[in-house]
Amino acid sequence: MTDRPFGPLPLDIPAPGSSFSDLLESVGAAPKLTLPEGAVSAPEGTTVLALKYDGGVVMAGDRRATEGHLVAHRRIRKVFPADRQSAVAIAGTAGLAIDMVRLFQVELEHYEKIEGLALSLEGKASFLARLVRGQLPLAMQGLVVVPLFAGYDTRDESGKVYTFDVVGGRYEETDFGSTGSGSRLAKAYLRTVYEEALDGSTAVEIAVNALVSASREDTATGGPDLRRGILPNIVRIDSSGLEEMSDDVLFPLAEAAVESVR
Amino acid sequence: MSIPFYVAPEQLVRDKAEFARKGIARGRSIVAIDYADGVLLMAENPSSALRKISEVYDRIAFAGVGKYNEFETLRKAGIRQADLMGYLYSREDVTAMGLATAFAQTLGMIFTRDPKPFEVEVLLAELSEDGTEHRLFRVTYDGTLYDERRFAAIGGKSEQLAEALGELWSENMTFDEGFAAGTEAFARAEGRESEGWELAVLDASNGRRTFKRVDPTDADE
Repeated sequence: MTDRPFGPLPLDIPAPGSSFSDLLESVGAAPKLTLPEGAVSAPEGTTVLALKYDGGVVMAGDRRATEGHLVAHRRIRKVFPADRQSAVAIAGTAGLAIDMVRLFQVELEHYEKIEGLALSLEGKASFLARLVRGQLPLAMQGLVVVPLFAGYDTRDESGKVYTFDVVGGRYEETDFGSTGSGSRLAKAYLRTVYEEALDGSTAVEIAVNALVSASREDTATGGPDLRRGILPNIVRIDSSGLEEMSDDVLFPLAEAAVESVR
Repeated sequence: MSIPFYVAPEQLVRDKAEFARKGIARGRSIVAIDYADGVLLMAENPSSALRKISEVYDRIAFAGVGKYNEFETLRKAGIRQADLMGYLYSREDVTAMGLATAFAQTLGMIFTRDPKPFEVEVLLAELSEDGTEHRLFRVTYDGTLYDERRFAAIGGKSEQLAEALGELWSENMTFDEGFAAGTEAFARAEGRESEGWELAVLDASNGRRTFKRVDPTDADE
């Protein structure tokens, strides 16, 4: 490991407060993109979803990214831990979305370290909405990023799901949310099986089934590929924190889901 | 036009140093101890609202003594620096050595340039990747950087604390043994009991972010 030289500390930055993105801006390192007129084509992430259960929330995403009619990536990751008690999933232009997630993760941790206290779940969702709104000029040129945010709210001890729209609108969902090309199919499935006060493992099972269901008719959504071992990314968040579901847990669920729709 | 009095640079530096040392001596001390699971940081701090120990990065912790607003400014600047570097490059490019150098540079600059030096001393602890020889750095009010092993102490009683810990420290202490050694060192250095602890550890079992605060009531048992 090499020790890199740092400059002197950024002591006299014009009061950026506790926000990391404001800090990036003030040192001139904020990502800037100016695009020529006309549409740009880049890989796009497809279906992600989140659903509440009794005492927590499950978030899931398929693994495919498409560019036009082609599969750009088979094993892309679209569900990310945002911090210890929340997760963010992305749909839309993958490259921009992944960068947005990275900024979001640093922002939450930065705030927590500076203030000595984590943001409220609502506060995190508001901040993410601000990031989405910042993308609006790019969205007008076809580079749309629409995230999905879910987490455990310590104040009323329950899971929460937030969906967003392209202009930065933020909506709290009462039961489940989904975004991406296969979201209508996933939501149609969720609507038929969802009930209140599900338990955690049933919620994980439903999430896998919903993705498989979406992948049947939406070509941009990648179903589980059992032969190659490509399984969805699923996280479960409750009072004890965020848990990433392992392939050992997901494989039998994916197998059963694929089997049931055959 | 008034002509400023000439003050010899030696005199100026001596006066500033004395001023800073006096300020620091009024504050309570902090120790960092290398123990079996990582690094234990102990600050005598009766307040549970004003913190002296803080997380800086995945494997790095900060502790400061002296004037609260001054080490708080440094702490925030340290976090900003670390998060910026980690975001622009990679998380592993943020090291305590790099940060300590930045702290030293900043404190040194303030000491020579500003009429009033910072009345602070800071400590940076870094958990090593392989669990051996954690790094401890101490930066004084004038920007002098010390690289410490096994334990480090800052504050008015830092010399007495380091001397006591020299006798009490042994390899692979458990958390309880480390805490007991720290408590005993404080008692010897200050000649009294602590009025309240602020405790934190850097422990690899906490995941990526290794920093964790420890409730002093749990440690007392």
